[in-house]
Amino acid sequence: MLRDHLISAAHLSRDDIEAVLDHAAAIDADPEIVHGRHAGRVLALCFFEPSTRTKMSFETAMKRLGGDTVDMGAVESSSVKKGESLADTVRVIEGYADALVLRHPSEGSAKLASEFVDVPLVNAGDGAGQHPSQTLLDLYTIRENAGLDDITVGIMGDLKYGRTVHSLAHALTEFDVRQHFISPESLRLPRNVRYDLHEAGAQVREHTDLDEVLPELDVLYVTRIQRERFPEEREYREVAGEYRIDNEVLASAPDDLSVMHPLPRVDEIAPEVDETTRAKYFDQAHNGVPVRMALLDGLLGGEA
Amino acid sequence: MSDTDKELRVSKIRDGTVIDHVTAGQALNVLAILGIDGSGGESVSVGMNVPSDKLGLKDVVKVEGRELSQSEVDVLSLIAPEATINIIREFDVIEKNRVERTDSVTGILVCPNHNCITNADEPVRTEFAVLDDGVRCSYCGTMVREGDVAEHIDTRGSGETDL
Repeated sequence: MLRDHLISAAHLSRDDIEAVLDHAAAIDADPEIVHGRHAGRVLALCFFEPSTRTKMSFETAMKRLGGDTVDMGAVESSSVKKGESLADTVRVIEGYADALVLRHPSEGSAKLASEFVDVPLVNAGDGAGQHPSQTLLDLYTIRENAGLDDITVGIMGDLKYGRTVHSLAHALTEFDVRQHFISPESLRLPRNVRYDLHEAGAQVREHTDLDEVLPELDVLYVTRIQRERFPEEREYREVAGEYRIDNEVLASAPDDLSVMHPLPRVDEIAPEVDETTRAKYFDQAHNGVPVRMALLDGLLGGEA
Repeated sequence: MSDTDKELRVSKIRDGTVIDHVTAGQALNVLAILGIDGSGGESVSVGMNVPSDKLGLKDVVKVEGRELSQSEVDVLSLIAPEATINIIREFDVIEKNRVERTDSVTGILVCPNHNCITNADEPVRTEFAVLDDGVRCSYCGTMVREGDVAEHIDTRGSGETDL
């Protein structure tokens, strides 16, 4: 089980991942097994960017482990506003807590912060970099629905800036998974992630058209294409429209396709899909709590 | 005429460093690595596109009163892998070293990703892992191809290791 910082999914071995997922499944089945285990311990939530799901699910996870949380609050009302460095901020907060969860708009921020603290630090999103705890809950959801071996996963949308995509792609290389990446040319996977996938010997293909690959997929992981990635509104609308799914688009997909999304969605998945058995994104979001309980329990030294 | 004879056409230095067999065209980048832009008053001689038996053409940089730090040598190995570093005392070469490719380089290079935390006024030196064909930021993962490394030298200079 993990005992150190969690900065990048690229650092996770298959054994690390399976240990967290197995423990999460056990907690999901019987939350009593970890009841009160971390009473008196404190998790610091350092969110330099807005977050709903990630922050609340870490908070819920820590409380269900019997512990408590302290929250840095919004950046606007903190010492960061006065120009304090991230290094100083985390060094101070380390003194208040047994572990830190950090979200920050700059790539590499979690690695930097981890160099200044001794308590475990979890990267909850560093700019367009990584979001490894999201990946653990994504993997948990994939494993529950399709298994994690000999499967075909399609990842679609903003692959360039999508940190959940980067982390998931890295982690999937630890399993026997064929990965297909579907995006407009301008939002394809960044060079460094493609390099890592190649080095890991992963089976990877890139597409601009979902139809090319949809019938083969066990999992379709959709991400949001953001308006601010395009210089012009018109261009954004055209591109985003091509990567939106509804039941008609999904007509050629296997019946047991799992549709996932890290949320929040805007309109890239039509609400009509919610009513089908393919929709797994709300289960996925709920899985954040047991998975983060398992993760924190490991980092805080609960489970061997 | 030997390589050494040609080298002598550039004035000798008394104490300092001669960086020889620099890839032709890279001399100014070598100065950038050393943080030398002339404003510090160092005595510097530069030979560019000098005939070389070994390289065809080469650059030579001679700097009075200055030795190189390990970080400087590490970055030098990326842009001038054939370079030799001669340390001069009282007009004699007292030490001659080839540069060696290392696993990583710290300081000197700037990450081209403006959103990288190393560009955000934090107390951190940049660190790049050295790959087969370039370098990669250890913080944000951004990759720089070998031919582009020289564009990312920190021109503010390191100012390290004065003699």
